[in-house]
Amino acid sequence: MNSKEMELILTRMTHEILEKNKGCEGLVLVGIRTGGVFLSARISKIINHVTGKDIPTGTMDITLYRDDLSRIGYAPMVKKTEIQFSIDKKVVILVDDVLYTGRTIRAAMDALIDLGRPRQIQLAVLIDRGLRELPISADYVGKRIETSPEEIVDVILKDAGMKEDGVVLRKKHAAEK
Amino acid sequence: MQLKSKDLLDIETLAPEELTFILDTTETMKEVSARDIKKVPTLRGKTVVNLFLEASTRTRASFEIAAKRLSADTLTFTGTGSSLSKGETLMDMARNIQAMNPDMLVIRHQASGAPAMLARLLRIPVINAGDGWHEHPTQALLDMMTIREKKGKLSGLTVAIVGDITHSRVARSDLHGLRKMGCNVRLCGPFTMIPPYIDNLGAKVYPNIEEALKGVDVIIMLRIQLERQEVGLFPSIREYSRFYGLTTDRVGRAKKDVIIMHPGPINRGVEITPEVADGPYSVILDQVANGVAVRMAVLYLLSGAGGR
Amino acid sequence: MGLLIRGGRVIDPGCGLDGKFDILIEDGKIVEIIPHGKSHKSGKHQIYEAKGKVVTPGLIDIHVHLREPGHEYKETIKSGSEAAARGGFSTICCMPNTIPPNDCAAVTELILRKASAEAKVNVFPIGAISKGLEGKAIAEYGDLKEAGVVAISDDGHPVASAQLMRRAMEYARAFGLTVIDHCEDPLLSAGGVVNEGLISTLTGLKGIPAAAEESIVARDILLAELTAARLHIAHVSTAGSVRMIREAKARGVPVTAEVTPNHFTLTEESVKNYDTNAKINPPLRTKADVEALKEGLADGTIEVIASDHAPHSPAEKELEFDMAAFGISGIEVSLPLSLNLVRDKVLSLKDLVAKMTIGPARVIGLRKGTLTVGSDADVSILDIDREWTADVRVFRSKGKNSPFNGSPMKGSAEVIVGGKPVKI
Repeated sequence: MNSKEMELILTRMTHEILEKNKGCEGLVLVGIRTGGVFLSARISKIINHVTGKDIPTGTMDITLYRDDLSRIGYAPMVKKTEIQFSIDKKVVILVDDVLYTGRTIRAAMDALIDLGRPRQIQLAVLIDRGLRELPISADYVGKRIETSPEEIVDVILKDAGMKEDGVVLRKKHAAEK
Repeated sequence: MQLKSKDLLDIETLAPEELTFILDTTETMKEVSARDIKKVPTLRGKTVVNLFLEASTRTRASFEIAAKRLSADTLTFTGTGSSLSKGETLMDMARNIQAMNPDMLVIRHQASGAPAMLARLLRIPVINAGDGWHEHPTQALLDMMTIREKKGKLSGLTVAIVGDITHSRVARSDLHGLRKMGCNVRLCGPFTMIPPYIDNLGAKVYPNIEEALKGVDVIIMLRIQLERQEVGLFPSIREYSRFYGLTTDRVGRAKKDVIIMHPGPINRGVEITPEVADGPYSVILDQVANGVAVRMAVLYLLSGAGGR
Repeated sequence: MGLLIRGGRVIDPGCGLDGKFDILIEDGKIVEIIPHGKSHKSGKHQIYEAKGKVVTPGLIDIHVHLREPGHEYKETIKSGSEAAARGGFSTICCMPNTIPPNDCAAVTELILRKASAEAKVNVFPIGAISKGLEGKAIAEYGDLKEAGVVAISDDGHPVASAQLMRRAMEYARAFGLTVIDHCEDPLLSAGGVVNEGLISTLTGLKGIPAAAEESIVARDILLAELTAARLHIAHVSTAGSVRMIREAKARGVPVTAEVTPNHFTLTEESVKNYDTNAKINPPLRTKADVEALKEGLADGTIEVIASDHAPHSPAEKELEFDMAAFGISGIEVSLPLSLNLVRDKVLSLKDLVAKMTIGPARVIGLRKGTLTVGSDADVSILDIDREWTADVRVFRSKGKNSPFNGSPMKGSAEVIVGGKPVKI
């Protein structure tokens, strides 16, 4: 996937969001750190382009809600969750770059529910790489690809300081196994 | 990044990057404390043992709330009422506690070095909540957090610490931490309560409070223990508060935007006048709020070490 | 049948010997000292092969705590003597801070009887300066001397009262007893557990200032001048003490001094991580103090090396630093640590041997420490270069409290007491 393709895909997804929710009334975006943050910003920009409206956008760090903390042998760096608005009765669109086992989304939902009581939670992901371990599915998918556990999917974004946008599918290095 | 040691025993052996890392994590924890549901499931199912073998209400309460906000279970032992009063040694007590398989141990003790002893004996992370005159690392961390919040930075600030430095674990931890973060540290107190070679550790000693406070950004007042007068370290409370107490006039010697801190509890009228303690420059209550967040951060960061 | 110690280099500063000699022992006495190559008294002798070794008068340690009677769980006369033999010593003097303290002939006789029955080396008791070691009234020095004490000391405790110290010095003079003082002003040192300095500031432990020792060293020197007593300063630890002792000697004051291997090897850095095995009194001091102690050894200001062997059980050491007992179980590593002084060119081998033989013997007026014909056959055979690792688990002493546990050591010795090699 290159920049042009990514832009087209995100535009299509944004239209799907607006179609399903009949506009952007009562909609809020929450990007999951770190990959989802830039993507939700882009989606927010596209919504503004199409509807002329700014919808509330926040970021969420799910580290404190992970289910594997005692297994990994270290405490991962935890960044701030910044949701400066109420999510009560809102439709929260969770945005992430890659949907894989589904555990990150499970943690994100637990975190959201500690913050308030949304009317609905919907999920938008750029890449669905399959291999789910929990019964979680995305409402809006950029692209579906088939992968194996020995592979890694990296989403590279210009917003994160990279030269080009892209999605890379590669085998795990020895160090990553 | 990770903290290098499985324990938090002192500030002296922490690298500046580790200090910054803890303070950054504290910011995230502050956000949790500001929510409606002040709980995250991070340490769910973990047991934190609080061994408070020296009187303390606020630090103990702070550690308990911190553990609970991370969903950990807490078990608190105090000095009176535990088997120590029956003459059990600290090491035996620790072995007994370890047999119950806790995940972390927080200890406050009147003997310097007691947490270090336990950290050598136990596999689990040990957090020093204050040992004798040695160190009180979480206090220094919350002090640095408060200064960083109010001033936007730490490096380059001038901080004066006033009081009984010799017997103060807070002074030692603050001195180590502030120096590592690039502050100038001034120590002020009667010479009977200034320990030898403290200037070797990078502090400048001022016997005169007016000199010490001139142009400083931060004033940290220490509690004077009245028992010290009984052993002749200073002649009278009146003399101490006249020459080393913080009054509104003396606050005027510092910078216009000075902040005033105190680890608590305050001896009103002795080391600090009520007007100053309750005045506009005092950030004493912010320190307490930061205390919970700092302790949450420390519990979280060291808990990962349980897997090691 | 005699015992012939053959092929070694004999160093005996007491009679100026340094060379290749064989030593013939019969009936517990030295009967001949024969230069190599010359023939000796004929007859069948047991041979003790000493080729490549250094043969010295039996080493003497005049500052040892044997804990019996009273604290036999920490050490007994038997186990302490075995530790001494392991350390290469043929004679030790035990301090009176037992329970009951050795302030009367009855306890002295008990110790001597036990030693005669069970000890592997010569044991000489040191009697108390004050009754009960309470520092209030002088003990019965005459009676103690007759019972067999070789000196008096309240060691473990300082003698706080200058008046009592004066009386003790005056009264002891008539009996020719050396007064050994543990110099410490308890009011200055009150509650202190480490040297007062940078490390005490960093660790938050209460410090004992050098002045706590030096003020009493000064006092004792003046009192020795006043009373013409024989004063011996135990375990000197500070540069200031060394300086004052040097000046006093120059003035002709009859003062002698000893230092422990702990104090010339380690500094206050050893307690930085709260290792109670390094907690001793007087405390480990600074690098500058260590240098001054070495200078004092080199220029003769300090004429004795003594271990201050102080065994404790884990119950007294595995505690918070403030609460742990003071003391290092030191006699088994005293020799290799002292040999480091020779390796570091602080002392010649001959001078080192003097400080562990004739030096201590003279301080207390003991007729040992030299290998003259007719003297008791107490001999130490040193393997100067033998490398080993200190391991408290195999210490003969019951006291495993040593900061040197696991440290590499170079040098060891075997010992012959009364003509018989001691097998441990």
